[in-house]
Amino acid sequence: MNLHEYQGKALLKSFGVAIQEGIVANTPEEAVEAAKELNRMTGTDWFVIKAQIHAGGRGKGGGVKIAKSFDEVRSISDQIIGMTLVTPQTSAEGKLVSKVLVGQDVYYPGASEPEEYYMSVMMDRQAGRNIIMYSPDGGMDIEAVAEKTPERIFKEEIDPKVGVTGFQARKIAFNLGLSGKSLKEMTKFVVALYKAYEGIDASLFEINPVLKTSDDSILAVDAKVTVDDSALYRHKDIAEMRDITEEDPFEYEASTVGLNFVKLDGNVGCMVNGAGLAMATMDIIKMSGGSPANFLDVGGTADAKRVEQAFRLILKDPKIKAILVNIFGGIVRCDRVAQGVIDAYQSIGDINVPVIVRLQGTNAVEAKALIDNSGLKVTSAITLLDAANRVKEAV
Amino acid sequence: MSILVNKDSKVIVQGFTGGEGTFHAGQMNEYGTNVVGGVTPGKGGQEHLGKPVFNTVSEAVAKTGADVSIIFVPPAFAGDAIMEAAEAGIKIIVCITEGIPVKDMITVKEYLSDKDARLIGPNCPGIITAEESKIGIMPGFIFKKGSVGIVSKSGTLTYEAVDQTTKAGLGQTTAIGIGGDPIIGTTTLDAIQMFEADPETKGIIMIGEIGGNLESLAAAWIKENGTKPVVAFIAGETAPEGRTMGHAGAIVSGEDDTATAKKRILRDAGVHVVDSPADLGSKMAELLA
Repeated sequence: MNLHEYQGKALLKSFGVAIQEGIVANTPEEAVEAAKELNRMTGTDWFVIKAQIHAGGRGKGGGVKIAKSFDEVRSISDQIIGMTLVTPQTSAEGKLVSKVLVGQDVYYPGASEPEEYYMSVMMDRQAGRNIIMYSPDGGMDIEAVAEKTPERIFKEEIDPKVGVTGFQARKIAFNLGLSGKSLKEMTKFVVALYKAYEGIDASLFEINPVLKTSDDSILAVDAKVTVDDSALYRHKDIAEMRDITEEDPFEYEASTVGLNFVKLDGNVGCMVNGAGLAMATMDIIKMSGGSPANFLDVGGTADAKRVEQAFRLILKDPKIKAILVNIFGGIVRCDRVAQGVIDAYQSIGDINVPVIVRLQGTNAVEAKALIDNSGLKVTSAITLLDAANRVKEAV
Repeated sequence: MSILVNKDSKVIVQGFTGGEGTFHAGQMNEYGTNVVGGVTPGKGGQEHLGKPVFNTVSEAVAKTGADVSIIFVPPAFAGDAIMEAAEAGIKIIVCITEGIPVKDMITVKEYLSDKDARLIGPNCPGIITAEESKIGIMPGFIFKKGSVGIVSKSGTLTYEAVDQTTKAGLGQTTAIGIGGDPIIGTTTLDAIQMFEADPETKGIIMIGEIGGNLESLAAAWIKENGTKPVVAFIAGETAPEGRTMGHAGAIVSGEDDTATAKKRILRDAGVHVVDSPADLGSKMAELLA
């Protein structure tokens, strides 16, 4: 589950990670109040107004701006709240902004130049361990750094028995070129950051930039935080931070009925049992000249109710030209799935696109007979090749 | 011969008396698997499906001599169940449970690193040696004793490969579902090395998907050491970048873990990659002809 910047930063702060202070606001008036409060708390008299959406590159789309007075806080917030923000990470339609984070100005002048670094925490699949990845080149697109100057990206693997050690945190600070106060601050920052990562069962932290201020403090200026969905059961407070307006409405609806659904841009809907077979079915649709409209794993119990929910979900997309149901019946018998398809079809009534049902496995022949004798406009198939050919005819 | 499990494997079921455990223990019994008992903490001393229930895995091992365990414990407790099995001396631990938090699996992996135990899964359909021992949730009737070893990240795609090789008259030695999670015990490469060493396995089918580098690691080894024909399918050619496709580990996060890249790497290693999963069986039949 992805979190907004303001939510991620609040969690970081609760683990002792130093952050750029900020207050979230839903209206320009709230933004001005937030700015006044920040002014009292931190003495800041410039502010940064940041659109809160689940996508990076917000600055490029005009979603991050500096306000040098309370009046500017109001006018800029008024401009950003309600805007449709398009960034390199959103779709072309962009995302509606409903909240801004009003942050303190941390780039104030002082004894030294402010410096920006990059830092992330994630699991390295090959090692089966967490790593801290960091670079002295912060504030920019890390993929570009990885491409042009891979030697400027460092990785530190964390031993799960002990967590991040003091010497590792110091090594990170040294590699970032720090000394004196900023070295001590960075060491504390790294240790707290890793504690937060483990503490909230995160699956990704990306802090870009980590800032060394002109007075040698170390702060998280941005925070991309993703939490492991499988661990949300033990973090009820974080589970409540879910913002469904950030999700695809189809996918959200699917999740409420326990279907694993990803919306895609094609014209052939599909309904499959098993994630691997679902991906393979999408590939088969493509090879047959169509393009997949979704990924949908109906799971092990493809009964009439689930099949109906899945049909209704797929049919909401007006671009659909055909639906391919692909079930390998193992423990679930194919004839029962076939009956489910027939019941769901009759219950929905007006399905105007061809439906191709491919059932293989236990009682596949009986299932085909059920479909063929149902009198419905449903084509049956047993082999994958057969199903692919039926899709080809339909599109 | 076969790999890892056979008719002599003595199997216990962790989460024996729960719904899933009960159903699949019954199915395994029916297949002929030597299920010797099960574990449900607090229900020790009872009998379930005609077999003894124990409070701990240690006790089950001491009383039954079990060397294989299959886990149907809910995700919050599954990591603990894996470690308990390893501590008790179980050699092959098959974890079916889906949705174990990654943090728990990091701990489990570390814990297993100095134990003499092999984990299969989690989030997998299990392992089966055809007509001998089924330790998993796969439909037993599609398997036929034969000559093809199968390793797969996906349950239902495994069944496709099994069904096709059975119908092609080849049959299977052993099929392993390694699971679709980011952290798993037995890898694609582990399975391929074992199939290479098994004299009865004549050909190997490898089913992979987007995400991670298990297929690339296997390809590198095959290029240097492979002697048996390997047929591979990689699911997810059409999957968009950055989206998790059902399996927690199935996500494209870079250029090397796309289906296209994996297929190219496998082809470079001499693996016979098929673009449609419908061709797995016929391709293998052609190579073994």
